[in-house]
Amino acid sequence: MRIALFVTCLADTLFPDVGKATTVLLERLGHRVEFPLTQTCCGQMHVNTGYQSDAVPLVRRHVESFEPYEVIVAPSGSCVASVRHQHAMVARAAGDDALARRAEAVAARTFELSQLLIDVLGVEDVGAWYPHRVTYHPTCHSLRLLRVGDRPLRLLRQVKGLDLVELPDAETCCGFGGTFALKNADVSTAMLADKMRNITGTRAEVCAAGDSSCLMHIGGGLSRLRTGVRTVHLAQILASTRAAP
Amino acid sequence: MTTFLGMPTAPQGVGHLRGSEPFPVAARRALADSQQRRNLSRATATIRAKRAAAVAELPDWEELREAGRAIKAETMRNLDSHLIRLEEQVTAHGGTVHWARDANEANEIITGLVQGTGATTAVKVKSLVTDEIGLNEALASVGITAQETDLAELIVQLGRDWPSHFLVPAIHRNRAEIREIFLREMGDVDPELTDDPPALAEAARLHLRRMFLSARVGISGVNFAIAETGALCVVESEGNGRMCLTLPQTLITVMGIEKVIPAWRDLGVFLQLLPRSSTAERMNPYTSMWTGVTPGDGPQEFHLVLLDNGRTAALADETGRQALYCIRCSACLNVCPVYERAGGHAYGSVYPGPIGAVLSPQLTGVADNPSLPFASSLCGACYDACPVKIDIPSLLVLLRARYADQTRQERRLPGGEAAVMAAAAWVMANPRRYSAAQRAARPARALSRGGRIRALPPPLSAWTGARDAPAPPAQTFRDWWRTSHRDQP
Repeated sequence: MRIALFVTCLADTLFPDVGKATTVLLERLGHRVEFPLTQTCCGQMHVNTGYQSDAVPLVRRHVESFEPYEVIVAPSGSCVASVRHQHAMVARAAGDDALARRAEAVAARTFELSQLLIDVLGVEDVGAWYPHRVTYHPTCHSLRLLRVGDRPLRLLRQVKGLDLVELPDAETCCGFGGTFALKNADVSTAMLADKMRNITGTRAEVCAAGDSSCLMHIGGGLSRLRTGVRTVHLAQILASTRAAP
Repeated sequence: MTTFLGMPTAPQGVGHLRGSEPFPVAARRALADSQQRRNLSRATATIRAKRAAAVAELPDWEELREAGRAIKAETMRNLDSHLIRLEEQVTAHGGTVHWARDANEANEIITGLVQGTGATTAVKVKSLVTDEIGLNEALASVGITAQETDLAELIVQLGRDWPSHFLVPAIHRNRAEIREIFLREMGDVDPELTDDPPALAEAARLHLRRMFLSARVGISGVNFAIAETGALCVVESEGNGRMCLTLPQTLITVMGIEKVIPAWRDLGVFLQLLPRSSTAERMNPYTSMWTGVTPGDGPQEFHLVLLDNGRTAALADETGRQALYCIRCSACLNVCPVYERAGGHAYGSVYPGPIGAVLSPQLTGVADNPSLPFASSLCGACYDACPVKIDIPSLLVLLRARYADQTRQERRLPGGEAAVMAAAAWVMANPRRYSAAQRAARPARALSRGGRIRALPPPLSAWTGARDAPAPPAQTFRDWWRTSHRDQP
């Protein structure tokens, strides 16, 4: 299948390994990955901070970049949620109904990675090997906006060598929330502290999730406290094999 | 000469709807109170688990939520006619209806009514709307004592404190603190009082019983007001509310205009949604309903005060008006990770938590409550828990936009944040500029040790205060793609 990769601006700029892993994984499964170089950012930060009108050109750019593709994937629940739940609204609020309809069409073909694998490609065992003790944090937007449910866990359970441990209070937000982490840094940090306590309590070596943004937050805290726990994106675990760990 | 009086505008809400300091500042202080954090964390975790179990019992919970939302949406669309119907019915059954534009008008009406009876004390049913308008203070200013009779409200009143939760106003207190407050403030309490909950409840019961028997005026809010029949409904757990509603000669009830529901049969939906969402009970212990005055039975004088206080202004926004659907169950507070850590007082309004963050700024105008729409990580737990499906995350985003738009209009030059956002949008709208910005970030690698940056300048110092930041990689994804996938355009 021909699949367009919406890598997200965060992974592109700060976490390229997540984009590489998504590419390697899908190519290993026999698909052709394409990366429209005209893509930039979905505009979620602008919308969620109150600068909706500034996001209009970003929505237009996104729609124009991905319109030619039948299937689009992103290694992020949050950015896919923005495409699905915000793009048409932003266009409509700006009075551009034509753009809103095009955005809806693109949104309907855009999938978060675990949704693409299970719902579109029909695969649970991707042939991965990852010999580590891992706990999984379900990110808020993948859980409550996209309703990915247990899809990421079903994928992780099929990974050879992986010791999956349940995270207590897993569904509680890590405290990232985009600019919330800056505007309400104290509350955000208090939420992070509880999340980190739950993670370290599992004695996992790795905390996995499907969003680079939440992982940047959790990982930044775990690193500051020198806990020795790493954060790794779901795509990186699924891309890992015995031959290419 | 004519004087232009301006377009008629809906009144803004006044009363206890605004904090004296922004949410992040108040929250920082609350976070330092480790006792309160422990109290809140234990209490909300308990209620969360119980609610989840109570909701899971009903196979048609989602249909019930949708029914509740639909009734509220219809009510808001035709609020004017429902309110007039309610007034007609209450009047026809011997009650008197008063309309109050804002908190000040409501307080004037109510103090006048109590003064008219000659009473110097009034017993109160637990009521958020009377906290909103500051009724206790207004009564005190004319020498009338408002006596709270709900156990938790009594604790708050005796502690000269302020409620921090809809359902459990003293949720921030534990039983040891409550014992101290009773010993210090009650006067007639046994000095050997322990912090055993039944002993504390018994002390409050003895203290309150005298008040009920001598009270001549009762004051209440309502949970629901039925336009079709004029019946009013209060749900509670303790029975103290029913004492206030039945024993005094005069009953004065205050309600926000959004509390009306069209028909008697609509009540069936809400009496299923509310107890399970708030106390995690299948049914609450006491449901009191009354219609006007019944000769020889209960209060012989009944007044209903209909309060606007910013509600019409909120109604004007077709999306924002969802906040008026709220039935004050507090499920959104209990599931909110921000509320659990910051506590109710940090919101500065009698309406705390996620619903407060969207309701208070709409009642006062967002300029008066600019920090509340940002007091959320947009995790969405509140929307999932809401029994009338208020899309709180979308309302928060809507109010953030309203605030940003107002700020931009007031200033001739964009402020710091607006300038950053506009610049970011300009960069992101063009792949060349975007790539150039990625390259420009690369020198930040020099700040890193082992791929991590431990300190950044403001405003990013708010991040690195407690978390390391990732160093920009040597190669962006798109640069890798260009070299690894040369065959593709």
